[in-house]
Amino acid sequence: MSATAARPVRRSWFKRNQIAVAPWLFLAPGLFLFALYVLWPIVQSIWISFYDWDGLGQAKWIGLGNYAELMSDDDFYTSLKNNLIWLVLYLLSVPAGLAIALFLNQTVPGIRLYKSLFFFPFVISQVVVGLMFTWFYAPNFGLLSGVIKALTGSNVAVLADERYATYAIIVAGLWPQIAYIMILYLTGLNNINPEQVEAARMDHAKGWSLLWNIIIPQLRPATFIAIVVTVIGALRSFDLVSIMTHGGPYGSTRVLSYYMFEKALSEYGFRMGYGAAIAVVLFLIMMVFITYFITRMIAQERNG
Amino acid sequence: MLMKKLSMAAFAIALSASSALAGEIVLNSDQSDPAPKKAMEGLIADFEKANPGITVKWNNFDHEGYKSAINNFLKANPPDVAAWYAGNRMAPQVKAGLFEDVTDLWDKSGFNDTLKSAAPSMTIDGKKWGVPYTYYQWGIYYRADIFKANGIEPPKNWADLVAASAKLKAAGITPFAIGTKALWPTGGWFDYMDLRVNGYQFHMDLTAGKIPYTDPKVKAVFDKWAELIKPGYFLENHAALDWQDAMPQFVQGKAAMYLMGNFAVATMKDGGLKEDQIGFLQFPEITAGLPMAEDAPTDTFHIPSGAKNKDDAKKFLAFIASPEAQTKMNAILGQLPVNNKATKPDDKFLSAGFTVLSNAAGLAQFYDRDAPAEMAKAGMEGFQKFMVHPEQEDAILAELEKTRARVYK
Repeated sequence: MSATAARPVRRSWFKRNQIAVAPWLFLAPGLFLFALYVLWPIVQSIWISFYDWDGLGQAKWIGLGNYAELMSDDDFYTSLKNNLIWLVLYLLSVPAGLAIALFLNQTVPGIRLYKSLFFFPFVISQVVVGLMFTWFYAPNFGLLSGVIKALTGSNVAVLADERYATYAIIVAGLWPQIAYIMILYLTGLNNINPEQVEAARMDHAKGWSLLWNIIIPQLRPATFIAIVVTVIGALRSFDLVSIMTHGGPYGSTRVLSYYMFEKALSEYGFRMGYGAAIAVVLFLIMMVFITYFITRMIAQERNG
Repeated sequence: MLMKKLSMAAFAIALSASSALAGEIVLNSDQSDPAPKKAMEGLIADFEKANPGITVKWNNFDHEGYKSAINNFLKANPPDVAAWYAGNRMAPQVKAGLFEDVTDLWDKSGFNDTLKSAAPSMTIDGKKWGVPYTYYQWGIYYRADIFKANGIEPPKNWADLVAASAKLKAAGITPFAIGTKALWPTGGWFDYMDLRVNGYQFHMDLTAGKIPYTDPKVKAVFDKWAELIKPGYFLENHAALDWQDAMPQFVQGKAAMYLMGNFAVATMKDGGLKEDQIGFLQFPEITAGLPMAEDAPTDTFHIPSGAKNKDDAKKFLAFIASPEAQTKMNAILGQLPVNNKATKPDDKFLSAGFTVLSNAAGLAQFYDRDAPAEMAKAGMEGFQKFMVHPEQEDAILAELEKTRARVYK
């Protein structure tokens, strides 16, 4: 009698709560690293953005001072505007990537080689892409300025002209991005249900209507991912701006991430608080998109 | 017995540990280019030979990366000696208490006399914060052969310079090569225009933030500068070029003058120009009778305040300030020694530079070293914009004044 009564008492706390605790134990290493390397830096950035700090001396609490300054900072608005241009134009890579994927999705000899050639730009480092396009655009010896000179007789340095420079950088950015989107769609096209396509053909669907009504709806998961990576890629564009123009001419091609780097870390920077404030603004903008994407993903999972 | 052995061993370990500490200095610097690297290797070998028992552990950084690395290592893991620059460029480190005051070394070793020309730029709050070892002149390098072919004499004053530019332009040659993508080449132009229009003291006051950029005297500088910009005397599309990218124009004879530091001569010669094709010209007079001051960026060594081996670090600083070390080092660098007892390198351009600098009314460090970093960045961006859109002069100056009001508050 007494033995049976004692048994439940002796069962350890862990044993009793095993079902509830186990998932957390498995999650713990991941959560710990996520908190340490993602959440904590975010909190720290927000915290630093309330200070006036050169990274060396004493940090001075100035409350919302950095944000107030941002509001009247023309360079900040230039960066914001450029980020917007990036966002809109970068999305062109989605239809372009789809077009190339559809074109390459056929069985002819050597198609694998063509596919890998189209994918090549994505393999190259962004820095190399930036350098190649800088030379392509370069006045006097660049291919583009050579062509323009042959056609119009005058030399145009697109990267030195504040009217064209941002667009020229975005074109350079689109090159690898289209390749990336293409690969996403190619894998998507592999998973298309051939029976549906066949059924549609029997109903005399072809060309645009086949594409629009049968193929593209089945590519929805790929489209979703493509838009997510493109939006995030556009918002964090940095390498190309840094390589191709250093944000110039006279700051007209800056984007938020490059402006943040300039203010906080570059040779002429060391305003950590101000840089952190820019980072927080960029984070909030990204948050809008990320929240939208995540809610959509959750909704889809519930429905599916 | 065992105890004794153990204590002997402990003593030996303690001895070797302390001697390793006493005899080693850690040196961080950014001599990543071939010539500076070679000069530095020679210097360290000579120092170790002259000071037996002291070894130098040298961490050589990439030139650009060093500028952002220095603030990290000065705080986290300070070396015993660190390379940096004179003037306002060292002010943030000095103000943050990261550099050691070495005034006693200057007084004791007579540097106030031998390093006199660089003394003002090593002084902050009346104290010396490091030791200079090299500098070089800025000026207009011109194609002597092209000048001769077009019948142009080296300009002596502003009117001559404008006339020479007009003549070159008419002959289908761009008067001035420049590449402003990295911004700093514009600083050289502004420095010289301001030094020649308003003089040394005004320029120092301006870079120290005491004068608004909307001052009529600053506007006068831009108006003068516009006399070269508006007729198109600068290389077009300069905002897309680095200074090296503009060099082929100079070498190919499509551009005839280049306002640059003396380091440009090596690139000109690499491009295939012979020494007698290149001429050196002190930036001509603008305001008549104004004493001529020059740009002469000075490279320096400092002792971080967190250094572990300050005694040996001071020996190193004293060594690098000596005439022998500076003579040898600058011969390799192709630059000028700061120590006035040192022998200057036997070179046409350096001799010219030496004469110019020793007669200078004052030495500026360069716009991005004299002005604080943030002002320098905004300022040089404004200069670049002005060189493309001279008609926006007033808007640019108003923008610079806005930055000045904030940076120096």
